[in-house]
Amino acid sequence: MQIQELGIAVLWTFLYGYLIVASIDFGAGFFAFYSRYTKRDHLVNRLVKRYLSPTWEVTNVFFVFFFVGIVGFFPDTAYYYGTALLVPASVVLILLAIRGSFYAFANYGSKESTLYMFLYGATGLLIPASMSTVLTVSQGGFITETENGVFFDGAKLFTNFYSWTVVILAIVSVLYISAMFLLFYADKARDQNAVELVRKWALFWSVPTIIASGLVFFGLKSQAAWHYESILGGNWWWFAMSFLFFVIAVSFVYMKRNYGIAFLMVMGQFFMAWFGYGYSHLPYILYPYIDINGSVVNESMAVALVIVFILGLLLLVPALYLLLRLFLFDNDYVRGKRSSGKA
Amino acid sequence: MFQDPVLMSRALTALTLGFHVIFATLGVGVPLLILLAEFLGIRKKDPKYTLMARRWSRGYVVTVAVGVVTGTAIGLQLSLLWPNLMRVAGQTIALPLFMETFAFFFEAIFLGIYLYTWDRFKNPWHHMLLGIPVAVGALFSGFFITTVNSFMNQPVGFDIVDGRLANVSPLEAMFSPAMPTKMAHVLTSAILTSAFILAAIAAVQLLRQRRNQLDKMSIEYHKKGLRLTMTVALIFAIATALVGDFSGKYLAQYQPDKLAAAEWHFETSSEAELILGGWLEDDGQGGYEVRGALKIPYALSILAGGVPNYEVTGLNEFAKEDQPPLFVHYLFDAMVGIGMLLALISFLFVLGRYIKRLNQFSKPMLFAIAAGGPLAMAAIEFGWFFAEFGRQPWALYELMRTSEAATTSANVGWMLVAFAILYAVLGTVTVVVLSRLFKENPVGKELKQSEHRGEAMFADEV
Repeated sequence: MQIQELGIAVLWTFLYGYLIVASIDFGAGFFAFYSRYTKRDHLVNRLVKRYLSPTWEVTNVFFVFFFVGIVGFFPDTAYYYGTALLVPASVVLILLAIRGSFYAFANYGSKESTLYMFLYGATGLLIPASMSTVLTVSQGGFITETENGVFFDGAKLFTNFYSWTVVILAIVSVLYISAMFLLFYADKARDQNAVELVRKWALFWSVPTIIASGLVFFGLKSQAAWHYESILGGNWWWFAMSFLFFVIAVSFVYMKRNYGIAFLMVMGQFFMAWFGYGYSHLPYILYPYIDINGSVVNESMAVALVIVFILGLLLLVPALYLLLRLFLFDNDYVRGKRSSGKA
Repeated sequence: MFQDPVLMSRALTALTLGFHVIFATLGVGVPLLILLAEFLGIRKKDPKYTLMARRWSRGYVVTVAVGVVTGTAIGLQLSLLWPNLMRVAGQTIALPLFMETFAFFFEAIFLGIYLYTWDRFKNPWHHMLLGIPVAVGALFSGFFITTVNSFMNQPVGFDIVDGRLANVSPLEAMFSPAMPTKMAHVLTSAILTSAFILAAIAAVQLLRQRRNQLDKMSIEYHKKGLRLTMTVALIFAIATALVGDFSGKYLAQYQPDKLAAAEWHFETSSEAELILGGWLEDDGQGGYEVRGALKIPYALSILAGGVPNYEVTGLNEFAKEDQPPLFVHYLFDAMVGIGMLLALISFLFVLGRYIKRLNQFSKPMLFAIAAGGPLAMAAIEFGWFFAEFGRQPWALYELMRTSEAATTSANVGWMLVAFAILYAVLGTVTVVVLSRLFKENPVGKELKQSEHRGEAMFADEV
């Protein structure tokens, strides 16, 4: 494996991590608001809160890690994407800022406020929607480079049908992933009322998720033929596996059993789709301007980044394990038998 | 002006960093103070210190949240507003940027654990141990990010061969000549400022003790807080001043134009005098004359080189278009002036412990401390604005001009408006939430609760 391949694999893995943990967080925000709105918040909100409170900051770091890392490994991304995506990326930043700070205000601050909850829930859907457009942009046709610099055709993206199917996929899969996780968490907490409610959500959102996935997959043919051909040329099996995992996950939930394994299957479903998408996208990071072979950083920096990455993992993995053990795998904590010990 | 991407990018970066640095400064300093309070609480078996640690950490987490989101904003804005700069930075200084995310990752994980495990361990030392990675992670994030700014002031660790970067050495770029003094100055001043902010809060509470009808225990609590924070403040005020002196020597050697602009030192000369305050008038020959300033003989030579006859480079050695703006003089003077004042306040307070006539908790003393908090934060802002304006016209010193580094997008002005509104809202709500949080849980009430439960020192909120 060459260093640029290692680099992009690492970054893509972190983005996968973000996809999972952020989806749980984003969707939970929506569900928390929705159940408050329908006056059922007593059923789920304690549960949501117990998981999210100690972990939300960690979620955010996955994202920061990705965009700092990609500028390090592939500095040209800063030039092309940075110039082109000023407005959409600023919108994401503002939404993230509203979400993060209002979560803290609501949670660590004084009393709960429906306005704070609404902001938290709404941004949870708007952020993945706007972030997902970058995936469409990366397939080419929206950023052009001329002698006068790099230009981004925002209107074209906004009126593009394919781009909207990606947006819809992003939103529904956030709700699907989140509901599947909350189902597992509620079951672990032995909270039967919450299990029944969340199970309905999980089953409900699985349908649009798979429909939207199909739309995005086949829409690729007309949107980015080069990418579609790359998938058909030997990379289709990633997506077949993904579908298989989806079927297993939903079947378990339907049969009301093995919610833990069901969630692992969801992770597998998105792992396959995510890496299949990424792998068949290579060598391009931005078609046709940035490819990983031509735009990789100089070798000494790449080596330094890889070494730091390995050392960093040695530090982070035990720390993350400790976090999970205290708040996810500790049954007494999950069931609320321990006082939360909040400061 | 609104259409000028360079100017608007500078304004938006200044806005984001100016706002973020408030929370970043607290982020570096406050965990250390929380840890100290928790340590004293366990060591002295004094529930007041433990409660102090809990209350500080409760407020701290709100400021961390704003720090995180504004830090995310600046992290991405670097690429959005300065794509050309980041293209070069990616090749040369990406390493510490990358390390910073790891340090912060580490800190974030342990902060989550620390905040939610106050009552989870039988042995209180275990909980305190969890706070150590938070403080260490905070210090290291500050360190790594400062190395990036040092690199902008002193870009080293690569060669330029035929207009292209070659022979990049990431470690050399990270440990640039600017790094030691800059890093030390940022960290010591952040701890000093955090201590003063916490002290100012306690001082305000003591000034209002009659109006708020504080009981004896609450007064004792705030007094203990003041003693702790002001002792820390004194130590780090002295450290900051010492490091400031080294910074002067660094500038004289590596960035003489910055020092010359800060000191209005127009002609290269030895036995240079230090100029404090004043204003400039045209001397009719294309130069300036300094009016109304306090001039200290030899002081600039001593600051720059350690001896009175050290030759200090003047602005005349630099082309007009390569000179920093001259108003940085005021930023520099304000920063140094406040720093000296903070050292004096904390010195008098600590001295008051040994000389009874200097009442530590007299009204004038409490007023001075209460003013010291906001002043300290103002000094942080002055210092950073001095550091950035003083490097102009360069984004990377003597390598890339700020005008070459910026984006070409025409929409930066609107983004500036949007972010200005965002920060105004965040700033206001932060203040409201924090003050409500502490008003609803007065110290006295929490202290009584902890007394009721015997040795259990923690007020349970759930």
